[in-house]
Amino acid sequence: MSPDSVITEELNSLLNVEFGPEVYEIEKGMLKKFAEAIDDPNPRWLNEAPPTFPAALVPRALLHKLFNADIPLKRLLNGTSDLEYLKPIMDGDVISVTAKLTRLRQVAGAEGPTLFMFTEMTYTNQRGEVVVKGKNTYIKY
Amino acid sequence: MTQVYYEDIEVGSEIPALVKYPTTMQLVKYAGASGDYYQIHYDKDFAVANGLPGVIVHGWLTLSFMGQMITDWLGDKGTLVKLSGSYRGMNKVHEDIICNGKIVKKYTEDGKNYARVEIWAENSQGEKTVTGAAVVMLPSRASTQ
Repeated sequence: MSPDSVITEELNSLLNVEFGPEVYEIEKGMLKKFAEAIDDPNPRWLNEAPPTFPAALVPRALLHKLFNADIPLKRLLNGTSDLEYLKPIMDGDVISVTAKLTRLRQVAGAEGPTLFMFTEMTYTNQRGEVVVKGKNTYIKY
Repeated sequence: MTQVYYEDIEVGSEIPALVKYPTTMQLVKYAGASGDYYQIHYDKDFAVANGLPGVIVHGWLTLSFMGQMITDWLGDKGTLVKLSGSYRGMNKVHEDIICNGKIVKKYTEDGKNYARVEIWAENSQGEKTVTGAAVVMLPSRASTQ
């Protein structure tokens, strides 16, 4: 670890550790609330999850550790999101989310160091079928 | 809504754009629905103290608009296979977000018909705030006869 690295032992120890599963029961009301929030009136979303719905199935344990890590960078932005759909998520499904931190990368930004945290999520339904694979990059600066 | 078929699409052509106008209220609704309560999305003082110009739109919400553009275009028989977005700039509330998409590739794999669509969102200054891609599977006219 170089003297000006913001990547602490605490963060390094999270690498490639699987968090979860965290379990979400998908209900009609939840889908309706999400579709209303994104202002998408397609009647299909009364029973089926819209494409970005996995954002609501938060892997809280991992994100809590990443966002509250004791590092000097306090500001947070979402960098990238990537979703691959294998099966639809439907009303009545029970979705288990597992998540891991796959990579940490520090770069020198104009205003100081910037840390990229790369994560991967797997969303599995009650039949054991992987329905969505997700990747997300968070930026601390 | 008319169904789009694989035979109908051409590389280089654009799909119908979608324009949204998010308000602070919508960001609060999105915060509640998604569980993302980071204050930069509804607390102006907090956002400004964090060096932002004001309350900014959740990247995921802008990507949701881009997702709607794709699923509106796909109709009932098309399937979204992949969706991705890179958050490059800020979208502020009470400004138009213009979502666009352009077909960059069409191909057949294992008897299925796919297209790759480059997608992007612009703010009202014409800056690309989110860029990404979608991979979609389209029905064929040949198989619906």
